[in-house]
Amino acid sequence: MKLTPILMGAFTLALAGTASAQTLTIATVNNGDMIRMQGLSSAFTDETGIDLNWVVLEENTLRQNVTTDIATNGGQYDVMTIGTYEAPIWAKQGWLVPLDGLSADAAYDVDDLLPAIRGGLSLDGKLYAAPFYGESSMVMYRKDLMEKAGLTMPDAPTWEFIGEAARAMTDRDNDINGICLRGKAGWGENMAFLTAMSNSFGARWFDEDWKPQFDQPEWKATLDTYLSLMNDAGPAGASSNGFNENLTLFQQGKCGMWIDATVAASFVTGPDSTVADQVGFALAPDNGLGKRGNWLWAWSLAIPTSSQNTEAAEKFINWATNKDYLATVAAEEGWASVPPGTRTSLYENADYQAAAPFAKMTLESINSADPTNPTVKPVPYVGVQFVAIPEFAGIATNIGQLFSAALAGQMSADDALAQAQDAATRDMTRAGYIK
Amino acid sequence: MARNVSTPTKVGFTIAAWAVALLLFAPILWTLLTAFKTESEAIASSPTFLPQNFTLENFAAVQERSDYFKHAFNSIVVSVGSTLLGLIIGVPAAWAMAFAPTKRTKDILMWMLSTKMMPAVGVLIPIYLIFRDLRLLDTVHGLTIIMTLINLPIIIWMLYTYFKEIPVDILEAARMDGAELWNEIVHVLVPMAVPGIASTLLLNVILAWNEAFWTITLTSGRAGTLTAFISSFSSPQGLFLAKLSAASLLAIAPILLLGWFSQKQLVRGLTFGAVK
Repeated sequence: MKLTPILMGAFTLALAGTASAQTLTIATVNNGDMIRMQGLSSAFTDETGIDLNWVVLEENTLRQNVTTDIATNGGQYDVMTIGTYEAPIWAKQGWLVPLDGLSADAAYDVDDLLPAIRGGLSLDGKLYAAPFYGESSMVMYRKDLMEKAGLTMPDAPTWEFIGEAARAMTDRDNDINGICLRGKAGWGENMAFLTAMSNSFGARWFDEDWKPQFDQPEWKATLDTYLSLMNDAGPAGASSNGFNENLTLFQQGKCGMWIDATVAASFVTGPDSTVADQVGFALAPDNGLGKRGNWLWAWSLAIPTSSQNTEAAEKFINWATNKDYLATVAAEEGWASVPPGTRTSLYENADYQAAAPFAKMTLESINSADPTNPTVKPVPYVGVQFVAIPEFAGIATNIGQLFSAALAGQMSADDALAQAQDAATRDMTRAGYIK
Repeated sequence: MARNVSTPTKVGFTIAAWAVALLLFAPILWTLLTAFKTESEAIASSPTFLPQNFTLENFAAVQERSDYFKHAFNSIVVSVGSTLLGLIIGVPAAWAMAFAPTKRTKDILMWMLSTKMMPAVGVLIPIYLIFRDLRLLDTVHGLTIIMTLINLPIIIWMLYTYFKEIPVDILEAARMDGAELWNEIVHVLVPMAVPGIASTLLLNVILAWNEAFWTITLTSGRAGTLTAFISSFSSPQGLFLAKLSAASLLAIAPILLLGWFSQKQLVRGLTFGAVK
């Protein structure tokens, strides 16, 4: 049979793969900054002799793969790309190796990491994941449309102003929507936005006894404001819009304002945008309660305890997240392409400030987010646009579907909130949080 | 047997057939066109049908970032290997059920099929643990084994159906002529069932080629197949549509060609026994 040699070849290849000395397997998400890191990583191999085996996956697939591997102690990966949601939960489970080597390395300068980001990736004062890039959310708006509406965007707008501006900028005849916001269901989609927004209305997911709070007036005010804003000034079919859909709408000049991730700033001012020279930035809105509706996220590199190459893995993480890496990217591709949101020194760099007009607003947004004290009232959890408990992803995705249905006009805000309250209460009782 | 069909009916059916075919082909056509567009053109909210700035840069970018040929090689080994392994197990099993049934045969067939009724994720953790302990994670032979197991019920069911169509008298005649069991299967049964076996083979190669859940979950780079290759170009945040289309096109091209050249065999096999 002719296939036998092929099969034998495959066996040999597989065996040869497992026998090689120092190869790190790195799991990462498919986005611009990570792909750039992959492209530059041959320098690391040249420097250290350590080979790198890259597994690049879409965010949800990556999450499923690395979660399966780490929960079963599978050992497929040496370096995992995880977010601020996973880091504290996995650290608490004992699944991650503390990055003590980085903390002790003076050249790495762990104190240079932005405090909000560092806090989100630490447990009991120990760093468990090193931030590769960080983001918050902010308002991106069209200066020309704002001027046409006779308004001036303040640096720190209120929800009231955003509502007024959105309605004034809307021009349905010319296909211009005053505001574009996420509507697609998912804990990392509409619920990331709505949870962050709810903080500025003083709402919280759970009280100190882990009782869900969707039956409270703060959540009603959040959802009512969101729905009326989107109905009056949002694009058609918004309940299926996520980051990419809104990015496209904004780049094509169809949104007056867009409140989303700070990383979008370089896209809307980049070469693919038809409105690049008309974009202004402002902090996420508030309601005068002392909290803004912006989130905090950092894609970070961590080492699972199942890795057999922890020392080499830490070497790689050091290479990919230290100050020299930022300088390398700047030298190769310019300062605007440097992964943002991780180091104070980057924001003090005059070259970066000149190349990235959104730098100041990004830094202020990140610094104003407080994962340990996300909303007005006290909460028993950590996380701004999420609750760092393992059950959150499932519960929030369910509730995200209810809120998305309310946006699509399939149910009222009151029904959506009542069902959200029931679903959250049931799941939290089952999980043992509510006695 | 010719039947009189009026011209309007003929035209109507032809139009309907073309409409259905175009509808089914539309996503593939769109992928094909998008693969040759620039990223900004690919995501434009009022899209153009034909690429305005025809480009091959997506294919170059895809190959630069990821090794297409390694993934394609893994796909070929896993899909062909698992299908052949499946046939080696499936032919004797289907023979036994078709020609030497017991009163439990129907139940066994149904039980085999029932393993396909559970969502794959339901057995993810046990399979993952077994793979971890047997050191099969991220290996091509591990994937070949799991793919064989996944497709075995379909292989046995298909072969069983074809074998049932073969008159048992012929096998009995061979037996009376002194043919042993092995000779009976290899020299009498298999040649008569070639169309059925060929279509089983083709269908299972296609199923194994397109399987995404296990190939993505159980691999981390070295043994990744083309489905893992496509997955690495999908992204909810950023502009990767044109590259994703180029990767998809590269991934489906071999199996599309195989399907195209073997469509006669495939259709004959799939409709085998349907018309009596």
